[in-house]
Amino acid sequence: MATLDQAVPPEGAAGPEGESLENPRRRDWLQYAAVSFGAVGAGVVVLPLINSMNPSADVLAQSTTEVDLSAIEPGQAIKATFRKQPLFVRNLTQKEIDEANAVPLSALRDPQTLAERTKEGHENWLITLGVCTHLGCVPLGAGEGENRGPFGGYFCPCHGSAYDTAARIRQGPAPSNLVVPDYEFTSDTTVTVG
Amino acid sequence: MSFPWAKQYAPKHPVMQWIDEKLPLPRFVYNAIGSGYPVPRNLNYFWNFGVLSGVALVCQIVTGVILAMHFHSSAAGAFESVNGTIMRDVNAGWFLRFAHANGASMFFIVVYTHIARGLYYGSYKAPREMVWLLGVVIFLLLMATAFMGYVLPWGQMSFWGAQVITGFFSAIPVVGDWIRIWLLGGYAPDDAALNRFFSLHYLLPFVIAAVVILHIWALHIPGSSNPTGVEVKDEQDTVPFHPYYTAKDGLGLVVFLIVFALLIFFAPDMLGHPDNYIPANPLSTPAHIVPEWYFLPFYAILKSFTFDLILPAKLWGVLAMFGSILLMFFLPWLDKSPVRSGSYRPMYRIFFWIMIVDVFVLGYVGGAEPIARNVILGQIASMYYFAHFLIIVPIVSRLERPKPLPNSITEAVLAKGKSGETAVSA
Repeated sequence: MATLDQAVPPEGAAGPEGESLENPRRRDWLQYAAVSFGAVGAGVVVLPLINSMNPSADVLAQSTTEVDLSAIEPGQAIKATFRKQPLFVRNLTQKEIDEANAVPLSALRDPQTLAERTKEGHENWLITLGVCTHLGCVPLGAGEGENRGPFGGYFCPCHGSAYDTAARIRQGPAPSNLVVPDYEFTSDTTVTVG
Repeated sequence: MSFPWAKQYAPKHPVMQWIDEKLPLPRFVYNAIGSGYPVPRNLNYFWNFGVLSGVALVCQIVTGVILAMHFHSSAAGAFESVNGTIMRDVNAGWFLRFAHANGASMFFIVVYTHIARGLYYGSYKAPREMVWLLGVVIFLLLMATAFMGYVLPWGQMSFWGAQVITGFFSAIPVVGDWIRIWLLGGYAPDDAALNRFFSLHYLLPFVIAAVVILHIWALHIPGSSNPTGVEVKDEQDTVPFHPYYTAKDGLGLVVFLIVFALLIFFAPDMLGHPDNYIPANPLSTPAHIVPEWYFLPFYAILKSFTFDLILPAKLWGVLAMFGSILLMFFLPWLDKSPVRSGSYRPMYRIFFWIMIVDVFVLGYVGGAEPIARNVILGQIASMYYFAHFLIIVPIVSRLERPKPLPNSITEAVLAKGKSGETAVSA
């Protein structure tokens, strides 16, 4: 039986449309081009379907929060909300600052100094998300009288992650320190988060 | 498949004849679940659980569609619409809500029994691998659907379940946080997440129904397995599905419905978590957060990784949890034993029962506080779970000397009947 290649007319012969058949595989290119073009088209249609599930404009619009610090005494913490997540704002005591600075970086899973986690001149203000970096529970310790765990910072009841006075991970399954969001002091007693 | 002795559809009524000529749907049903489908004569009551799973799916779809008529999918209105409007005001709303919630538990009870049946009797072995693979797909879809359904009432467990389960995806390196934010449509569970979960919770049961059709289709190519694991040889080995197994399944269904009714009417909250009667509070996690009972064994595997080992503990936990289900896809090729039924496999049978106990231990650990004793227990049980499928089953299938198999299903049935008679006379 004749194969496709054998069915090709001899070199130099003209095809039915008068075109040269020197390169009998030339038309395969059309097939690749058509299929590729179809794939690109399908991809372009799928993108908005996927992208529609990313945060919408009204969610992104909640992206900054102002916190008034004036009422928070040293040793106290408040829970504010930032992007619908809890935000811990703690006024550290001198003792807690000293404790945090006394920890050698080599003892930490996610090494960071307290100074790196606070703003210059405002070392007593520890502002972190109240979201455990393990699976997202709210650690205890910001509320009055809550269990602050073995390192005197925060303690997550879900899987037992313990954070120190600089909210750095010290024990348990969480992989990293409580996240410090972007923020800046707009005055001595107000910060804008986000 | 149809064995050569399967009865052929012969419509008597002219209307049925007229339909059958144009669209042979009656013929299709007759060959699938009617007298035209010959089934081994020796099936025991463990073979009821496929039909019961199907019934549970139908119950969930029917009650679910009606509940959706009264549900408000918004963070502000969801809790009140479920615990207020549906439970107090909608006619028989309390019944529908409890039927749907406990229906999920009933669904998992019958599905877990169905899976254990398949594991014991080797129903996953050639030529039924495709039936098994499709079953694992259904199981994954079922878990995703149940999770999203549990989020909808927007109680404390709903909210924090959504937070933790979408948190699994943030364990993925590099793209994890992006995937989590994409799943939630925000930075924490809120309206966007609740709305999409509602949409997908409505969609997935219909996907499940479609895969169930493929599951049954794939089963009907080789025909049903049976407790001896010996294939059907001739007409003596089978009886028509209808009326023999429609009746037997009917009896099983009555028992299923009695248990279901007892749950709904006398213990509707027994299997639920009381914290889900507290509205979602994004600023406070309940002190003891646990998933629904049917996720506990997998949750225990997740919790068992408390130490970093090259990869972070969090990623290990998530990989192990998904791996514990995904490895089921490879089971037909991990078990090399040519003997299907555990009844003729003395070694396999012992390890099978240890594995069942192991799953219950994992379930206990999943619900218990993460104190040192429980963590170690969970780690041992998790290791055993993987060892069972990846080490013990492949080795046992090579070493074991199976008991002699009966020559045919009929021979096995008659031998059993005979020994029963002698026992009575003696």
